[in-house]
Amino acid sequence: MSSRIEILNDGGFRSDGRRQYELREMTFDMAEQAGADGSASVAHGLTQVRVSVFGPREAKMRSQTIHDRANINVEVGIAPFSTGDRRKRSKGDKRILEFASTIKSTFEPVIQTALYPRSQIDIFVHVLQQDGGVLQACINATTLALANAGVPLLDFVCAVTGGVHAAAPMLDLTTLEENDLPHVTVAVMPRTGRVTLVSMETRLHVDRFEEILRLAGQAGGVIHKEMRAVVRERTKGLVDAMGAGVRTSDFAEDAMVADS
Amino acid sequence: MVEITIRKRQREDAVITQRKFFKKTARGKVIKVIRERYLRDDVVCGIEGCRECSHTTDTLLPRNGSPDHKSFPNGHYVLPDTNVFLAQMDLMESSLFTSPIILLQTVLEEVRHRSLPLYNRLKALVNMDDKRTWIFYNEFRSETAVVREEGETPNDRNDRGIRKGTAWYNSHISLTRPTIRGQPPPTLPTVVLLTDDVANRQKAEKEGIPSLSVRKYVEGMPNNSQLLDLLSAESDTIEPTVAAGGRGPLYPEYLSSGTLTAGIKAGELHQGHFNANTFNYLEGSVAVPAFTKKVLLVGRENMNRAVDGDIVVVEVFPEKDWKAPADEVVDQEVTLRNDDAEDSEEEADNDEVIAEERKALRSEEAARRAAERQPTGRVVGIIKRNWRAYVCHIDSSSLTSSNTTSISQQTVFATPVSRLLPRIRMRTRQAPTLIGQKILVTIDKWDVHSRYPEGHFVRALGKAESKEAEQESLLLEFDVPYRPFGKAILDCLPPEGDQWVVPPKSELGPAWRDREDLRHLNICSIDPPNCQDIDDALHATRLPNGNIEAGVHIADVSHFVLPDNPMDSEAASRGTTVYLVDKRIDMLPALLGTNLCSLRPFVERLAFSVIWELSPEAEIVNVRFTKSVIASKFAFEYTEAQRRIDDAKQTDDLTESIRLLNTMAKKLRAGRMAAGALNLASPEVKIHLDSSESSDPIDVEQKALVETNSLVEEFMLLANISVAQKIQDAFPQTAVLRRHLPPPPTNFEKLQDILKKRRGLSLDVSSSGALAASLDKCLDPGEPAFNTLVRIMATRCMLSAEYFCSGSVSKDTFGHYGLASPIYTHFTSPIRRYADVLAHRQLAAAIAHVPLHASLHSKAHVERVLGGVNRRHRMAQMAGRASVEFYVGLALQGRVARAAQTHAGRVTQEAFVIRTFRNGLNVFVSKLGIEGLVMFKRETQFDADDYTLTIPSADGGAGATIAVFDKVVVSIDVEKDRNTQRGKVKMALVSPVDSVGL
Repeated sequence: MSSRIEILNDGGFRSDGRRQYELREMTFDMAEQAGADGSASVAHGLTQVRVSVFGPREAKMRSQTIHDRANINVEVGIAPFSTGDRRKRSKGDKRILEFASTIKSTFEPVIQTALYPRSQIDIFVHVLQQDGGVLQACINATTLALANAGVPLLDFVCAVTGGVHAAAPMLDLTTLEENDLPHVTVAVMPRTGRVTLVSMETRLHVDRFEEILRLAGQAGGVIHKEMRAVVRERTKGLVDAMGAGVRTSDFAEDAMVADS
Repeated sequence: MVEITIRKRQREDAVITQRKFFKKTARGKVIKVIRERYLRDDVVCGIEGCRECSHTTDTLLPRNGSPDHKSFPNGHYVLPDTNVFLAQMDLMESSLFTSPIILLQTVLEEVRHRSLPLYNRLKALVNMDDKRTWIFYNEFRSETAVVREEGETPNDRNDRGIRKGTAWYNSHISLTRPTIRGQPPPTLPTVVLLTDDVANRQKAEKEGIPSLSVRKYVEGMPNNSQLLDLLSAESDTIEPTVAAGGRGPLYPEYLSSGTLTAGIKAGELHQGHFNANTFNYLEGSVAVPAFTKKVLLVGRENMNRAVDGDIVVVEVFPEKDWKAPADEVVDQEVTLRNDDAEDSEEEADNDEVIAEERKALRSEEAARRAAERQPTGRVVGIIKRNWRAYVCHIDSSSLTSSNTTSISQQTVFATPVSRLLPRIRMRTRQAPTLIGQKILVTIDKWDVHSRYPEGHFVRALGKAESKEAEQESLLLEFDVPYRPFGKAILDCLPPEGDQWVVPPKSELGPAWRDREDLRHLNICSIDPPNCQDIDDALHATRLPNGNIEAGVHIADVSHFVLPDNPMDSEAASRGTTVYLVDKRIDMLPALLGTNLCSLRPFVERLAFSVIWELSPEAEIVNVRFTKSVIASKFAFEYTEAQRRIDDAKQTDDLTESIRLLNTMAKKLRAGRMAAGALNLASPEVKIHLDSSESSDPIDVEQKALVETNSLVEEFMLLANISVAQKIQDAFPQTAVLRRHLPPPPTNFEKLQDILKKRRGLSLDVSSSGALAASLDKCLDPGEPAFNTLVRIMATRCMLSAEYFCSGSVSKDTFGHYGLASPIYTHFTSPIRRYADVLAHRQLAAAIAHVPLHASLHSKAHVERVLGGVNRRHRMAQMAGRASVEFYVGLALQGRVARAAQTHAGRVTQEAFVIRTFRNGLNVFVSKLGIEGLVMFKRETQFDADDYTLTIPSADGGAGATIAVFDKVVVSIDVEKDRNTQRGKVKMALVSPVDSVGL
């Protein structure tokens, strides 16, 4: 027994009192950040992420423009105070660059970039606090921020982490669990069930993988409901403020997210 | 499809759900850690019929608790504090302690944090069938979770949590059973907090929570006299009685743990396992990496309360104080027989004992040889105690004679059966009844003021020398789990029970999927007489191309024992079947072991087959593995099979088949020997039992081997090697393999020296092949047994073989030294060895029969399981040997009695000297396979460099010189020690000198 803390005890409880398939408390906040076109704060348990989106706008550098679609630019900043041991990461840190490119490639097939040729969409991700599932929080926050900014998306992108302890699969891992278990982060588009990202840095057996992937897909659906409720709430608020609260039922989604 | 939910939580809850603390890493960096937890209302209380909580399991606490306690006529549950489990585990484990137990998560975690062995015992206790225990996860229930307050120690916080849990339970019971109008108020059971912590009890009283000390609680139980003895001595110190008295400390205090770690880091102190000396209780040794020789600890003060197996820290003395180990036998019982057990030990007594010990030490010291000097040192601290329950006898001389019939409490000595352990002082009310019984005693503490460790009585095993008691004491001494299989385990067996048969052949049935039908083959099994668990069978036929097809069929245990169910985990923890002379402790339930998985003749059985195509020279042309269905045609005994082979008239197919197997086996063996395999010897004797019922041994003889023994062995080796290669190819990281490391040449130094000086022979230990060759040359024309003796002594110099996980050691250490095979595993006895079950699962996955269970992909898991199996395997071997020893003793007793009846003579046997001491000889009686000690009281001349001992003859004449390897004649007598009731083999020299008077 390597760790002093039991990952999953005999009563079926994890170290923080959750059961195997229970996700942590999640908060989605789409409050406007004044300067940005769209922003969102997302917390999964103790993990907190804030994303600001600027654009579509004219590219700062001509070299980065693409003639037939918009260029997506993702920058990630990890606050030194976000983990237990204060560590400053430079911007050129390879880990962070890889992280940014993961987010970029997750959203490239989802954002309808073809609508904005020769322009640029900037996504700034700030990790404020980390306790496992940072990638999932970043992706969920980016989805909401993009929706908030009115960037046309094919679908929501909902991400969740799954892991296996002995033979028991579990969802939404904390740092403690991530350190001990093989785990995989999966991002799905709930409407079509398509998977846009599978990120795995530990070794996981093939037989287990399928099970986890399916489970994470289902969990993505649960998160999707939560996120959609928040988007609707926000849109309803906006529409009410404009004094045009007539059709709210399907309007919200259609307005914010272009249908595929 | 599982239900996925989100744990919602109020923001305001953050105060009690988040926890912030700082921790320091090994490098000295301080890290802030924040953890959160989710409090819930669906943590259930576990009481049967509770209307609030919905239970899913059926092992619940009775609705009205236990009505047995005097103070709680309405029924009660006990809720023990952590200290109860830390100090009184034996009490809680006792089958007499029947109160329903509520175990709080706080307690469980605290026990885990403090001691892993106790935690494992606690977990076993929770799963015991005759206990009613419920784990309540109080830290996750919203009402009972506590947060550490400013300035509160973790211990106080836990105590508060435990009190809160108790209070919650009591209010929960009263809330869920309200008074209904018109009916008398319901009687409510009480939840009692059990703690030996006085402060905790006082606080509980203030808060109105019912609480009791363990002693008080036990006093109110129905069978308290037996239970009170189980209380450990430690409970007295928490509620101190009268102090022992103004004696000065006998031992130096241990250093603080900080000083120890710093000292070890700086290289000034050394850490290692403490090994007591079997022959001299005043001497022990510790192997530490810093020195090539073991550090010697001479005398009580230097051993400083270490008990065999403890991990200790030693300080090494300057080199001028280094000594050679003693060459004398010092027996604790003889030296210390006058010591008094009562605590009120007089100073005068003390001095006498100390003086006697000094004498024993001094007499040795004069004779210490300069050549064999070893570092000496003293124990300055203990890293980890390795105490467990020891099998003991009560020393009858330590009883106050007037007390033999009274039941007042008295202090007595318990003498452990193992010579490596010190006597234990314990207090008991049952002393007179325990005399002459084997009992189990645990050590609780060892004070600096006390010469002996203090312990408490756990349980009586039965009358000494009765077969049941001896058997159980053996099992306990070697930590063999021998409880009957529980219900959960038996539920994993096929529901048809012994009616189970191989289903009729069909491609669709799960039993026949991917199975080859080998029922037509002439398969037979060859085993020792009366074998019930037949796990292997063989066949061989000639192929049209001149090659030979040979097959080994192993019972398909993995078909019945599925991974990760209760039966599997029980088998993993048992590790191996243990064979005692008259009893077998099974690893798997008997239904599997002796029936469904036993390849009995004339019935269809599932098997896992290894089938080779061998060239006529016994080289492997091709090998395949397959699951199969076989029908054995006959079950032979070794001698019966041998007769068939030798009888030229028998020409039926079956006989031809074993004849073919026999010729192939001879070639295989020759090939193996040429590759350098060792032919080792260990003393093996056979016990003749009168009849299976009475199991009274009548005689002992050495085991006879016939050709068919080696026939089966050769093919099993071949199968194991083939399987090892296959699973290693398929799962390079986690294959279950077995290896035998080459022994370091220094192990052989002493034996080489003796052989050279006494016989002028040399032993080449550079490789297993060289060793095998030079062992063959160790011959004494006049004495055929000499070669066997040397082989036995060489075997003792070697390391033991072990299971390992292929990913955890480097590839060049895979080899099996004794078999001279580059790779090896155990595959052929899955009924009785757990490693084989794992190998079966891996092989089944390697041939794509079933996917491999996730746990077998995890290196950590495989390592952990194999570590346990290795330990069990070692223990099982020792238990088996000890059992044989016991029966040899019994048989000897019979012989001695008969000899006395018939011609008033003595039982004499030839023996070889294997070690010489200043005052005795260690001899080996090969006929009986036992070792014994011949002691001399008279002065002798001892030449340590030449391994000789000169003994004067009885009349004071010249006497005789005896050296190692000399053949002597000894008389053997079994004598019962008057004090301890321990049967002891006593040997005396008959020839060349009669040593009776010496």
